[in-house]
Amino acid sequence: MTLAAELGKPITLPTGPRIPARRRAVQISPSALLPFLLPLAVVLLWQAATSFGWITNRLMPAPIQVVWAFWDKLVTGELAVNIQASALRAISGLLVGGSIGFLLGLANGISRLSHALTDTTLQMLRTIPNLALIPLVILWFGIGEEAKLFLTALGVFFPIYLNTLHGVRNVDPQLIEMGRVYGMNGWTLFRKVIFPGALPSIFVGLRFSLGIMWLTLIVAESMAASSGIGHMANSAREFMMTDVVILALVIYALLGKLADVIALTLERLTLSWNPAYQKPVRT
Amino acid sequence: MTPSIRTKNVWGRDIEPEYETRSPRQRRDEPGVGIRIEGLSKSFDDVPVLHDLDLEVPAGQFLAIVGKSGCGKSTLLRLLVGLDTPTSGHIGFVGPDGAETEPSARIVFQEPRLLPWASVIDNVIVGLGEGVNKREARRRAEAALAEVQLAEKAGEWPSRLSGGQRQRAALARALVSQPGFLALDEPLGALDALTRITMQALIERVWREQGFTALFVTHDVGEAVALADRVIVLDEGRIALDIAIDHPRPRQRGAADLAEIEGRLLKGIFK
Ligand SMILES: Nc1ncnc2c1ncn2[C@@H]1O[C@H](COP(=O)(O)OP(=O)(O)O)[C@@H](O)[C@H]1O
Ligand SMILES: [Mg+2]
Repeated sequence: MTLAAELGKPITLPTGPRIPARRRAVQISPSALLPFLLPLAVVLLWQAATSFGWITNRLMPAPIQVVWAFWDKLVTGELAVNIQASALRAISGLLVGGSIGFLLGLANGISRLSHALTDTTLQMLRTIPNLALIPLVILWFGIGEEAKLFLTALGVFFPIYLNTLHGVRNVDPQLIEMGRVYGMNGWTLFRKVIFPGALPSIFVGLRFSLGIMWLTLIVAESMAASSGIGHMANSAREFMMTDVVILALVIYALLGKLADVIALTLERLTLSWNPAYQKPVRT
Repeated sequence: MTPSIRTKNVWGRDIEPEYETRSPRQRRDEPGVGIRIEGLSKSFDDVPVLHDLDLEVPAGQFLAIVGKSGCGKSTLLRLLVGLDTPTSGHIGFVGPDGAETEPSARIVFQEPRLLPWASVIDNVIVGLGEGVNKREARRRAEAALAEVQLAEKAGEWPSRLSGGQRQRAALARALVSQPGFLALDEPLGALDALTRITMQALIERVWREQGFTALFVTHDVGEAVALADRVIVLDEGRIALDIAIDHPRPRQRGAADLAEIEGRLLKGIFK
């Protein structure tokens, strides 16, 4: 039995357990700082290496220079414009590719006919790495926004499609039968049993697709763009502004982490019925 | 008639006070439906499972069905609640006026089959189907949970319940719509021996209070004899034995005449 068979969530949040929330006072224990020890050491070492001239500044700027570059881009407003451009591309790619993948995954999970018609074709297309399509995409769409949207949407599509399909197909058949005994059919059965049952799997697909979304976007933006983090990095390269290039990498990492944290939080909120997400009740 | 308050269960052990029968006995206005099965056959891919079965179950009867694994007990129940269609034959439900009706049939499976993403009370509300307003649905679900002594778990996730509590929630879900007929397919099969004892008393009590017709499949002949008005032995899709047990309730397990019936049933199963 897959995890997905046991997990899920209704569209409307269930009137769940009314266990009084025990909120811990916000306090940071020393052990919570442990994960940050290593990055801190690396930054210090990096700063030392550049200050003492062990590595040339031209190839690797000091951390403090990256901070200055950040400040510089921030006050000129360049950073906001570029982050906005990238985020907009990311979100629209996710929405377009994600919703098509979700709907097709549902359709193919529920309808045998739809599955027979489309699944083999989709599985074949899946074997083509989406970045290998770049030449074709440029021929089709030029180097404008459409090309980037197409590439990100395509990259996002497959993980969501596959995991939605898997989730729907693995909903516990005993629960579906139970639903039928109690007169559920069509939309009610979907809303109360199939969708919540498939949801954990859909989230797995979402988190996968977020990684692919950033990767595709980075490549697409360095290919050709007049805005965006990738564009910022690429034009900085032409002027040997290594600090800005590093800054772009840091921002990509932060955006990626942010997207993942949002997905995880959503997952936690909607799957609170799942024992894996329940905090033990202390009595 | 006021039944005596039970203090011993079917094995002669003391019953926890919370499982005492309510008194006076509360019967629903609308009693169970009778079941009329005529020439019922079912085959899967040309392999016959039920053969030309005839069975008449009076309204409100507690009928236990025993038999070897694979003899068609579950198939019979699934046909009765409409989860499968007969290959041939007729299943009719008879209302109090003697005319055939469309009953509200319910089934409790061996697994509780609760929606893990819905609270206990929302799972019970599933039993009401569509078209009952929210407040009314909640009220009735709370009453059904109280009936199975699970009121305090209404807001809990099913994953936090014990096996017996989950099965009680499933029972509440089946009973909340006050069905005329309830099928139970080895509902206690997955529970430990002690939980079975309390669950048996519970099932007997709600049956006595609500008056539905009960078809109770079990592999435990002792359980069948302790609970049922009548026990049938199913063998290769045919009724091999049909024994009425008009022993007064509450019954003491191990009573000589019950043991004698148990012996006859076992002989009927393994003849
Ligand atoms: N959906 C099905 N398809 C094919 N064979 C089935 C199906 N359901 C039950 N059977 C067969 O019918 C017979 C009776 O099964 P069942 O009614 O589940 O027996 P039991 O008395 O143990 O509940 C078994 O041999 C089983 O393999
Ligand atoms: Mg069975």
